[in-house]
Amino acid sequence: MRTPVFEYTKGMCRVDTSYCPGCTHGIAHRLITETLFEMELIGETIGVAPIGCSVQAHKFMNIDMCESAHGRAPAVASGIRRVHPDKVVFTYQGDGDLASIGTAEIVHAAARGEKFTTFFINNCIYGMTGGQMAPTTLLGQRSTTSQDGRRREQAGAPIRVSELISTLDGAVYVERVALDTPAHIRKAKQAVKKAIEYQRAGLGFTFVEFLSTCPTNWGVTPSNAMKWLADNMITYYPLGVLRTPEVAK
Amino acid sequence: MSNPVEKVLMKGNEAFAEAAIRGGANFYFGYPITPQSEIPEFMSRELPKRGGVFLQAESELGAINMAYGAGAAGGAVFISSSSPGIALMQEGMSFLCSAEVPLVALNVSRGGPGIGGIQPGQADYFQATRGGGNGDYRIPVFAPASIQEAVDMLYEAVDLAKTWQNPVMVFADGIMGQMMEPVALPQQRPFTDSKDIRAEKPWAVTGYGNDDANKNVVKSLRMQPDDLERHVEYLFEKYRRAEKELCRAETHDVEEADLVLVAFGTVARITREAVEILAWRGIKAGLIRPISLWPFPHGAFDKIGARTRVVISAELSMGQMIEDVRLAVGKRIPVELIHRTGGMIPTSLEIADRAEKIYGEVK
Repeated sequence: MRTPVFEYTKGMCRVDTSYCPGCTHGIAHRLITETLFEMELIGETIGVAPIGCSVQAHKFMNIDMCESAHGRAPAVASGIRRVHPDKVVFTYQGDGDLASIGTAEIVHAAARGEKFTTFFINNCIYGMTGGQMAPTTLLGQRSTTSQDGRRREQAGAPIRVSELISTLDGAVYVERVALDTPAHIRKAKQAVKKAIEYQRAGLGFTFVEFLSTCPTNWGVTPSNAMKWLADNMITYYPLGVLRTPEVAK
Repeated sequence: MSNPVEKVLMKGNEAFAEAAIRGGANFYFGYPITPQSEIPEFMSRELPKRGGVFLQAESELGAINMAYGAGAAGGAVFISSSSPGIALMQEGMSFLCSAEVPLVALNVSRGGPGIGGIQPGQADYFQATRGGGNGDYRIPVFAPASIQEAVDMLYEAVDLAKTWQNPVMVFADGIMGQMMEPVALPQQRPFTDSKDIRAEKPWAVTGYGNDDANKNVVKSLRMQPDDLERHVEYLFEKYRRAEKELCRAETHDVEEADLVLVAFGTVARITREAVEILAWRGIKAGLIRPISLWPFPHGAFDKIGARTRVVISAELSMGQMIEDVRLAVGKRIPVELIHRTGGMIPTSLEIADRAEKIYGEVK
């Protein structure tokens, strides 16, 4: 009998996703659900989907989930976690959702040390609404609302969310990873696992930022999107652990 | 002889909080705002002691969305605020209605618009009954006229919210929140243990355990128009049932009245006295006190007899409930308004004088 070397994770539903070719949402979904499945926590997990391209993440992730109003996922997850203190709870949020309309919710959930994990998908643009400038859009980056490129004097500089969150004592684990290469993806999975382990240990709020692609709204091919991420995003948003619990040091 | 019911003297806001806890609501999310801040204060002190959860939110937006999350996860949730705070919560109200998540919400209302003032008002009638959020939805709204009635309503509302899988609102003005009255408190209902939620609320997101065939999703997005239309039609079948089952009103002497006064909440109490003053002056005044604001108790107006010359809506607003009164009365009888706003409260004498003047003009 042959041993399979690779298979579809049971953490995902067997349906086609609604994501564009070259979008890294699929990779992030897989890393999260596969990790939960491997940790035998998939049935003990409650997820919160945001507003954005991943609003229908509950169709793809084989997890009990609810939708949230735009930016409010950390408040929703705080409510869920209080009802089910023994379950794994996470939010999955894009940069418009988390870093713009939902800044109050994410900052205060982190400050309270809420015992859930936020997976933050940063692709420097609003995807679902068609490529508008996000708080994370890079200086000079073109979008449908910064058509000549983002200018600092007009729109300010992009927010480094992981750095912001890492200043809050309630956030025990903050790491920025990227989804552009197999090596980075393997590292990203380790970050997902650590975040869930620290959540299970009741240490506090855990946060993983995924540098992600949006070839459709960036106006590049899928392979060039990976290159654009490596060349432009990682230089402004450096990868690595920004905060980790004492026990892990 | 039955045992006398033990009554305690309580401030409205604290009695409201106690009633919600006794009704079985063990999750409270709130944000300070006058004139209801005694509620989060009381909850922060009492709920943890009794095995419940109090969490101070970063804003009313935070509070309503925590309430949504806890409700979606199957918790019995109570929230409270006052007018501008309730305005911020409307995004969540619309969402909860679509997602069919139970919630008990209390508005200890004050004067508006804008930040307005901190004195009592009823100018949130439209916000409460017409929906301040987006889209087609309805919320049952009940308006108490005494602290005892508010206590009984909030206790029952925990059950109603669960049964109807919808937010239920109690609309009490700032006077009710700040005054003290003797109340008989109902028995404490047991809180539901988180382990028992899935059995009690099979739709809740709790983690499905070993069988992913039981996976649950709580949501409001429906991208396909035919799917959304079906969902809204389904919600409105529920609301039509609610219109039949949840209408409540108190009526006094409307069959043979010269004029009929209509008032809810605190104003109804003042109006009761105005009815007596008018009687001394030889004018027979009837009174309709809508207890449910939505569904509006149209049936109560059918009892108004042929003798009645005018129906007068008395409100702490520029006239909002009067639109429902006009719908209920039709063109049969003229409908007029007596109002104060901005936090001003009419005396019973003021209401009687103005009612007498209006009656004199239409007689």
